[in-house]
Amino acid sequence: MKLALDDRILLQVEKPARYIGKEINAVYKDKERVKIRFAMCFPDIYEIGMSHLGIQIIYDLLNRRDDVWCERVYSPWVDLHKIMKEDHIPLFALESQEPVKDFDFLGITLQYEMCYTNVLQVLDLAGIPLFAKDRAEEDPIVIGGGPCTYNPEPVADFFDLFYIGEAETSYDALLDLYLKHKQEGYDRDTFLHEAGKIPGIYVPKLYEPVYHPDGTLASFEPVSDDLPKTIRKEICMDLTNAVYPRKQIVPYLKVTQDRSVLEIMRGCIRGCRFCQAGMIYRPLRERDEEKLEELAREMLENSGNEEISLSSLSSSDYSKLPELVDFLMEYADRKKLNISLPSLRIDAFSLDVMSKVQDIRKSSLTFAPEAGSQRLRNVINKGLTEENILEGAKDAFLGGWTRVKLYFMLGLPTETEDDILAIPELCNKIAKLYYELIPKEERKGRVQIVASSSFFVPKPFTPFQWAKMERREDFLKKAETVNHAMHEQLNARSIKYNWHDAKVSVLEGIFARGDRRLSAVLLKAYEHGALFDAWTETFSMEPWISAFEETGIDPDFYVHRERPVEELLPWDFIDIGVTRQFLIKEWEKAQNEIVTPNCRMQCNGCGAAAFQGGICYAR
Amino acid sequence: MRVRMRFTKEGALKFIGHLDTMRYFQKLMRRAKIPIAYSAGMSPHQILSFALPLGIGDESIGEYADIELTESVKSTDAIAALCREGIDEIRILSFKYLPEKAINAMASVEAADYRITFHKCPCEDLSKQFSEFMEQPEIVVLKKTKKSERLLDIKPFIFSFSASEDTLDLRLKCGSVDNTKPELVLEAFYRYLDVDLDPFDISLMRLDLLTFSDNGFVSLDEIGEEL
Repeated sequence: MKLALDDRILLQVEKPARYIGKEINAVYKDKERVKIRFAMCFPDIYEIGMSHLGIQIIYDLLNRRDDVWCERVYSPWVDLHKIMKEDHIPLFALESQEPVKDFDFLGITLQYEMCYTNVLQVLDLAGIPLFAKDRAEEDPIVIGGGPCTYNPEPVADFFDLFYIGEAETSYDALLDLYLKHKQEGYDRDTFLHEAGKIPGIYVPKLYEPVYHPDGTLASFEPVSDDLPKTIRKEICMDLTNAVYPRKQIVPYLKVTQDRSVLEIMRGCIRGCRFCQAGMIYRPLRERDEEKLEELAREMLENSGNEEISLSSLSSSDYSKLPELVDFLMEYADRKKLNISLPSLRIDAFSLDVMSKVQDIRKSSLTFAPEAGSQRLRNVINKGLTEENILEGAKDAFLGGWTRVKLYFMLGLPTETEDDILAIPELCNKIAKLYYELIPKEERKGRVQIVASSSFFVPKPFTPFQWAKMERREDFLKKAETVNHAMHEQLNARSIKYNWHDAKVSVLEGIFARGDRRLSAVLLKAYEHGALFDAWTETFSMEPWISAFEETGIDPDFYVHRERPVEELLPWDFIDIGVTRQFLIKEWEKAQNEIVTPNCRMQCNGCGAAAFQGGICYAR
Repeated sequence: MRVRMRFTKEGALKFIGHLDTMRYFQKLMRRAKIPIAYSAGMSPHQILSFALPLGIGDESIGEYADIELTESVKSTDAIAALCREGIDEIRILSFKYLPEKAINAMASVEAADYRITFHKCPCEDLSKQFSEFMEQPEIVVLKKTKKSERLLDIKPFIFSFSASEDTLDLRLKCGSVDNTKPELVLEAFYRYLDVDLDPFDISLMRLDLLTFSDNGFVSLDEIGEEL
């Protein structure tokens, strides 16, 4: 197969292996024998995109059909971007190396808001009109998916369709409809209209927002009566029997996740009030443990990977974790493999497991208290107490660990100076505990405590969706306060504190809860050179400042305003199962510092039971 | 027991770097269920070493890697499994058991054979002009290392050559001392012709790696025996 880029280009750019395909387990089909060409894109560089399990699931799901060939597309890095623009080289899919513009579908996953300018880059390099309304009959149908589609409005004008929810359920219906229309005389608008009746499919141009003079939404309705007023997320209730990629692609480059990934469950029982994933993926659904053993064996044999990792929002909550870990440890030992266990709560069990699978001297323990004070942890419903943390740290220090990482957020609703100052105090307590616990002669140097803070970004479909986000200056002041107080702690020399600039957090906040008018800002920012905004080395604030100025859009409207609970929100047409009433109740409980028990302890009537399965029915 | 594999690296796979090739082989060994030995310790790794890195963009039909096995497998079976689980562009050509005292591939490489193909010939009669170039009393180049630059006569390191209309075969000294890259020879030749060298006007294929024995140069492939 001829490569889309010639040697001269490939040898000029960084890591040419990003653009050649040909990986083990990549799917090659005869293009003459398929009816649908589907390009699946992760709008970031290859190494990030290839590490994403969701894409591998969809790739496998679509390629199981003989009539579909699904290929992959990633963002060309800035070096190649420049060459492709200058030489007018169209964006191509990795497998066939053929232009994306000739495909039937271009799917783009939206995993974080800061990839939005890369979405425009992909369309631009592909030669597909950026706005859906400008596309011609022969242009691919551009479909979006992933967590950001729980508020697709800021990018709505660039997409023909959005698939809201989990991919396993509705893709066949969509592709079958497309084939039917292709056979019976295809008309793009007719197809899109019919697609809008498929569960989970949202056709943005068939819905019309109307605004109040103050800029808030007055109404949001479909343009015709035969389209649903609300779109319910798609959900796969039987994970055990759902398709799962047993032959995952093995990249040549060292990608971010250079390992097999085993998804053990979806959803989370915890209900942290800032966490979008904890709400939109409800209810918690587990994969059977025996099935996971079978999948783990097959994935490792088919890839040759040397490491396996568990994936979920909170692996400690998987009910058969001890059995699964026993199996994996025995298997890994026999096959000389490594196990990586992220998102484990620190307790006696996890410490025992970790001491067996990793080198204690080289590894660190991670706690995510998110807030420094118990009061604020109650506000955010983070069911982790200071006692839990100190107990965990004590066991860990006695077990030989000397490195502790702590994650916090600044700018949470109701936060006071005392809450902020509790962060350095907590760090100091952990350091103090180490020196009390471990006699001088047994210490190998200082304990190392690394605290990091990020800035709180309110997200749709969380109890904090109405909250106002702080201004950049206030965020930075808070980080300074923490930093100053860290230095005043008795054990300051054992503690390191990191924080980032808040520019990107504020932009993320704008787009997370934005509406359709923001597409104008995105376009301007891209035209002014914004690209790879999730990367510190390429991020620049200037294009964004110009974009807001030129469009006359006030960013404060989207971030620094507490919304009344009666306000119609741009994402209210989506039904995630969890009800608005539940979110309002949680928002009120947050202000009263009242915690809500997790789904295993008691049902709190969030609404996810409507899906008739998972944890809601397991109790 | 130790095994030497000869393999190719062709087509699009010429864009895969040396470290990525190593990782490719580690995973290939597992997929093909080759009973490779692992080092001891907390994070065991495969006992696998490569003869000589190949530059990104260059192709080869003579690459070598040595592995250690915990039990023997028939050479043809191993080759079949490695080809089944691998990619066509990295084809395993041989799988030979090494004599006990054999020096590993990396330490035994003394010379490399290259074929340079000219897409745009720098002179009218390549064969004649390269012969004239080689008749110079010395061929001095500026050799840059991380630490220093020095003038070096590379003529003794060009062991042999033959040219056709648009190809040039070179046997060059390589290994840990006086490793001579074909680019170095080409730069000197173009300078001799007084022509600018555009690296995209040529392509490079490594044909084989050789070691020195009592009978002169022999291919690394000739050291072991099939089983």
